[in-house]
Amino acid sequence: MDLGPHAAYIWACFAIAGLIVAGLALWLVIEGRRQQRLIAELEARGVRRRSDPAP
Amino acid sequence: MNAFRQLLKRDVMLTFREGGAVGTALGFYVMVITLLPLGIGPDLNLLARIAPGLLWVALMLAALLSLGRLFETDLEDGSLDVLATAGLPLEAVAAVKCLAHWLGTAVPLVIMAPVLGLLLNLPLDAYLPLVMSMLVGTPAVSFVGGIGAALTLKARRGGMLIALLMLPLFVPTLIFGIETVAGAVVDSGAFWPSFLILSAISLASIVLAPLAIAAALRLQVQ
Amino acid sequence: MHQASPPAQTFTQRFANPTRFMALSAKLLPWIAAAAVLLIAIGLVMGLQAPVDYQQGHTAKIMYVHVPAAWLSMAGYSLIAISSFGLLVFRHPLADVSAKAAAPIGAAFTLLCLVTGSLWGKPMWGAFWVWDPRLTSVLILFFLYMGLIALRSAIEDEALASKLTAILALVGIVILPVIKFSVEWNSLHQPASVMRLGAPKIHPSLLWPLLVMALGLTMAFIAMHMKGMQNEILRRRVKALRAAEVQQAAGYAAPQAAV
Repeated sequence: MDLGPHAAYIWACFAIAGLIVAGLALWLVIEGRRQQRLIAELEARGVRRRSDPAP
Repeated sequence: MNAFRQLLKRDVMLTFREGGAVGTALGFYVMVITLLPLGIGPDLNLLARIAPGLLWVALMLAALLSLGRLFETDLEDGSLDVLATAGLPLEAVAAVKCLAHWLGTAVPLVIMAPVLGLLLNLPLDAYLPLVMSMLVGTPAVSFVGGIGAALTLKARRGGMLIALLMLPLFVPTLIFGIETVAGAVVDSGAFWPSFLILSAISLASIVLAPLAIAAALRLQVQ
Repeated sequence: MHQASPPAQTFTQRFANPTRFMALSAKLLPWIAAAAVLLIAIGLVMGLQAPVDYQQGHTAKIMYVHVPAAWLSMAGYSLIAISSFGLLVFRHPLADVSAKAAAPIGAAFTLLCLVTGSLWGKPMWGAFWVWDPRLTSVLILFFLYMGLIALRSAIEDEALASKLTAILALVGIVILPVIKFSVEWNSLHQPASVMRLGAPKIHPSLLWPLLVMALGLTMAFIAMHMKGMQNEILRRRVKALRAAEVQQAAGYAAPQAAV
């Protein structure tokens, strides 16, 4: 699709926007999985918070 | 009022007795202003045009150097805890500290500025507006800078951090400080509006900054 | 034990319980994320097919990311300021989580605004950076975000870090209008100021794609903020569990030590 003489700048903008938004989302998802994995590991070892219901 | 005055006297005396802090700030100021023409080139017309800006920016950086230590010594020797529980409200203590910084560090820098203006070929009719703008604008630097000092008291790498925090907050003072000088030199009628706005910013800082500083200090003393 | 539910909880009170928030947001998040993806896709298609601007040609299409990024950068900071207020004044349990989660997202959109503004500037005004009021105040906003993130990470005590960062955020939001005012003043009065760079006049047919993109990116912001809050709540849970683990281990060790 021809976007005129400055097409490179326009595509670059959309690409960078996509990278930043997707990158953020990806980082958040990866972090979330990591935290859940850590919680699972800790709970598997039998660690409980005071506020958790008794096993 | 008496306690206020006494605390002020103590802090200003301390600043001058230390000597080192003021000396460092002044030395830094001289060094930056000396290096800049070497870096920019000896074009006197160019230097004359940018002199107010250079003098203002370098002054802010020099003042920033000593702001980090505003509350440090008192925190270390425990006097901050004493001050927090003594009769004077913490907001007043904060105001005294900033005022002492202004008198002890900022004002000497302002006195140095016209001398350094000679190095930068500052136009003759810019000298008075420059000093006026600095005298009126530097309270904002000391008081707003105090907020940064209070926030970074227990932070790692506090020195660098305070510069990052203060940079955005100094922008209005810088811009109106420059505009005041430019307005006088170019006589574009921008002098009085800029000067008045600059004064307003300083006054607002003097009134509001101690509130933020006290809030921050209260969280950090026992 | 069942407690009678308190009368008419305010909107924020209803979400004050982290567990409740996790449950609720887990249900909402997929829908918001889906809405975001859909709206952005539609917005992109609409934008690329929009008529060519008379003055700027196709380059004006950069505004479909640049303008929403600008709005979101400011909305993000307002969100942080409101959260900070909620922390300091109301001690809302999730206020700090909200502020902490919003900072990197807001900063990212601010960066996006700066980069796209720069890429727009090169073909339009010939330079990658111009000190026009909008770009300058966005740059300063970026430093405010960086300051918040840096301050929080520089203080060991997390509770203290939250409150000090909140104070900084509120100081920032008070000074932000002054900064914008001063920067615009600067550009009006500088004798050698660059050509007056106004925002492009938006033609109605170009407006719809912009609104769709703005809505889509806003949905994306909300989704990411929610996810960030979930992550932070989980992180604190991990921290609490680790602390409990240490305590339990110490509990087992003590009797033998006493012998």
